[in-house]
Amino acid sequence: MQTAPWITNYLTEHFADEAYRTLAGYTARGGYEAARKALREMRPPDVIELVKNAGLQGRGGAGFGTGLKWSFMPADAGKPKYLVCNADESEPGSFKDRLLMERGPHQLLEGLLIGAFATGAEKTFVYIRGEYAHAAGVLQQAIDEAYAAGHLGADALGSGFRHDIVLQRGAGAYICGEETGLLESLEGKKGQPRKKPPFPAQYGAFGMPTTVNNVETFSHVPHIVRRGAEWFRGIGTEKSPGTTLFGVSGHVVRPGLYELPLGTPLSEIVFEHARGVRGGKRVKGVIPGGMSMPILPADQLDVRMANEFLRERKTMLGTGGIMVMDEDSCMVRAGCIITYFFRDESCGQCTQCREGTGWLHKIFQRIERGEGREDDLAVLEDVAAKMEGQTICAFSDAAAWPVQGLLRHFRSDFELHLRERKCPFERSFEL
Amino acid sequence: MVDALAPETRARIEAEIARYPRKRGALLPALHLAQAEEGWLPPAKVRALAEIFEIHPIEVQEVISFYNMFYDRPQGRHHVHVCTNLPCSLRGGRGLLHALEKHLGIRAGETTPDGRITLGHEECLGACAWAPMMRVDAAYCEDLDAAKAKAIVDGLE
Repeated sequence: MQTAPWITNYLTEHFADEAYRTLAGYTARGGYEAARKALREMRPPDVIELVKNAGLQGRGGAGFGTGLKWSFMPADAGKPKYLVCNADESEPGSFKDRLLMERGPHQLLEGLLIGAFATGAEKTFVYIRGEYAHAAGVLQQAIDEAYAAGHLGADALGSGFRHDIVLQRGAGAYICGEETGLLESLEGKKGQPRKKPPFPAQYGAFGMPTTVNNVETFSHVPHIVRRGAEWFRGIGTEKSPGTTLFGVSGHVVRPGLYELPLGTPLSEIVFEHARGVRGGKRVKGVIPGGMSMPILPADQLDVRMANEFLRERKTMLGTGGIMVMDEDSCMVRAGCIITYFFRDESCGQCTQCREGTGWLHKIFQRIERGEGREDDLAVLEDVAAKMEGQTICAFSDAAAWPVQGLLRHFRSDFELHLRERKCPFERSFEL
Repeated sequence: MVDALAPETRARIEAEIARYPRKRGALLPALHLAQAEEGWLPPAKVRALAEIFEIHPIEVQEVISFYNMFYDRPQGRHHVHVCTNLPCSLRGGRGLLHALEKHLGIRAGETTPDGRITLGHEECLGACAWAPMMRVDAAYCEDLDAAKAKAIVDGLE
């Protein structure tokens, strides 16, 4: 059954407490004090400055500076401004945002309220993926409670600031996690990403200035307002402050959610917290940040989990979803699953992505079946390279990166398939 | 002529529309509400929604076809979707799907002849630490093996 996080810190400290999900329980733990302080005692630019000074980076995958993003919102737009919470968590291997909503819904709402005040947004749209029905129910209940208490609405927390929150459910499309795909979907259309510029701060939801941040990003904000930028900078690394939620899955003894400072070594997460590989087996490879991020081989687990270190290993933190594969795993099979996903989820607007994801999957499949051709690895590299940096959004890049990672570190798996004309990994996970 | 949408559904759609700066913003919520009536979106409901949103039925249809969770044909009374993405596959998700296909006598994507269950596979549902797992309608069933999964589907009315 679903358990609370194994290792907690400030974000998840009270997640085992059922009452923390209610307004009364959250308030008893000091909830909404930070929002009260921001909305009543601070000016919007001061809040933005504080978040900038804290060095909070977006936790949705790209790691962009949150305070800087907020500062892009025009101060006097003369038209409505919106905040959007990206709760479309769909990156394979990631489940942190779901738990943040199911177990800390008011923590998220408090972060939204502070973010809305800082950016001058009159309304927040929370776009949650359609499959997260339970989380949507918990969050809607929290929104209703917050309205009833006067924390939202015409006079939020008695500050004179008006704010409304609208929860919208998606309907099953990975691309709606891309921020402009999300905006299209929010407007009732197919979730096909928009060309940028204009960026959402100029032309966002319904054509109005909009800031889009991820669930976890907003959830950090009340803690920063309450305890200050210095406190936040004291956790994690100099360039990547704070904790994050690492979701560990795959062949480990103890999969689960671990809230740890950014910069924690991957080996510590895999071997100490998740207790290593089950059955006493060795690790073969680890995907460090959700399926879009290139895999690392077993001899690179010393890497510290923050973008400044992961980039040196040609991968990234992404959404912190760590997938561990044991020594029996066939990396061509892993590639078949990964490329199927991207082929299936490509929105089809850009040729490089629509055609490229199909070709990658087709070639992986034939290599796995033992029907690979001599030049297939060169074709894979060529297709992947041509999918990078050419398209409207980063989906195409995200489809190419894991393929490049597999070829970089596990080329011999592919060569064995080609030579033996079959999959030689008989004890690997089933395809 | 019978209205394709129940009065309560129409009222709830109007309430959703009031929350958005532009009417069309409420199309996804409206599709969820309309689909909840019969479990799918027949052409009459599509036309009714097109009228409400003042758009052409094909524009409603193209939104329906873009999203996995909107259905333009009848579905089983229950949806059973097994996650076959990588984290679940590493822990036996595909074996689980194959076991259910055999148990129900249908392939993924098909509905049992009695209309009880539509079986499917799904991409990552965000429960990777409790793999393998499946979604039964709105509920998540986690930490499964074939025996547990079969018992769950056998318990569906």
